[in-house]
Amino acid sequence: MTATTTLAYDDVNVGDVLPELSVPLTRTLIVATAIASRDYQDVHHDPGLAQERGSKDIFMNILSTNGFVGRFITDWAGPDAVLERVKIRLGAPNYPGDTMVMTGTVVEKHDGLVEVAVKGANSLGDHVTGTVRLALPRDTT
Amino acid sequence: MSDAFLEKARSFEGRDVGPAEPGADAVNQAMIRHWCEAIGDTNPVYTDPEAARRSVHGGIVAPPVMLQAWVMRGVRPRPAAGGNARDELMAILDAAGFTSVVATDCEQEYHRYLRLGDHLSMTSTIESISDEKKTALGAGHFVTTRSDYHDQQGELVASMRFRILKFKPGERKTGDQPKRPRPAVTQDNAFFFEGARHGQLLIQRCKSCGELRHPPRPMCARCRSLEWDTVEATGRGTLYSFVVNHHPQVPAFDYPLVVGLVQLEEGTRLVSNVIGVDPADVRVGMPLELEMVAFDDELTLPQFHPAPG
Repeated sequence: MTATTTLAYDDVNVGDVLPELSVPLTRTLIVATAIASRDYQDVHHDPGLAQERGSKDIFMNILSTNGFVGRFITDWAGPDAVLERVKIRLGAPNYPGDTMVMTGTVVEKHDGLVEVAVKGANSLGDHVTGTVRLALPRDTT
Repeated sequence: MSDAFLEKARSFEGRDVGPAEPGADAVNQAMIRHWCEAIGDTNPVYTDPEAARRSVHGGIVAPPVMLQAWVMRGVRPRPAAGGNARDELMAILDAAGFTSVVATDCEQEYHRYLRLGDHLSMTSTIESISDEKKTALGAGHFVTTRSDYHDQQGELVASMRFRILKFKPGERKTGDQPKRPRPAVTQDNAFFFEGARHGQLLIQRCKSCGELRHPPRPMCARCRSLEWDTVEATGRGTLYSFVVNHHPQVPAFDYPLVVGLVQLEEGTRLVSNVIGVDPADVRVGMPLELEMVAFDDELTLPQFHPAPG
């Protein structure tokens, strides 16, 4: 749930830990997010073809991973936070039936910008690691 | 992999992918809503006009991380010919056996948030093609592409660096090859599988009237006797009927799989596989010969190959 108020830049400190976000990876979620991003690659909806291509099942597409990273950040920061850069690397695939737990820590702040290190881990390991740079308002009053 | 292949692939480094690829639709509320529902993103600046108006954005904006969705090709197939440089490069990698693809890295910079009605187009450059790397998925090459997104006025609104791994799906280790499904052995049919283990194709015979029958069952359909014994088939027969199974595929079998109904010269028929022949060359009536195949330590089954001559 997105916070209704936005964090002020001055209220955020390096080392702050973001509220954890747990994402149950249902088959429906993986297919729905792939289609919502207009990604019709068979590995994101067809288990048989995914297996032929060397995967044990369908898996989440990278556009959706970006989507969850974005949501994770603004759930915490609020609607007036402005994302400037999202940089991610994928590792263990998000397969149906698993759960991805997203965690994050503020690692840097300067000139109204905050840098957050994010991670989304599933039972196989780190699905995504990366950083997000966002701008926060100086004053929210 | 040959140097010629990599040289050909590397010739794409620095090349523009092709003409700008425009999005099918302008930034619109319906696609944003679908995205937010699927991701579970409740940020009101994406879907609530009133809340968005009060926000720093002053109106509805698209989730910045939705960037690529605005220019995705969707379900439409790629044109068979006349693709862009990316398509050409992918075809070269496909032809070299690197047929699978997985995205590994993505870096997006947003110069401004997108508003309803913005119409994006994307221009891309192929930055680099890596040496062959061994990965958990299989051997492959990383391909890095840089894309710029412009709006309808030509303003640069976002940039992206995207890396994919084009790889050969890992070879299945023989130890991992699943075993053929076990037959359901009953007191009526046990002789058949026991015979196969000893290299014999046995046919059930009525002890009272001599009628042969298959598949095995307790009673003779002709004289209703429950007494029976077996005779060994010569293994010669003809193909009475068949299907070639392409799908669905069960891992223990090789495909295309020819499933045949074999007419034995003794008169009974049995379902088996026709092996040692191109499925395209299988014909009804073709002479067949028995070949006992041991699939593993426990399972031997009669199979048939074309009779020589």
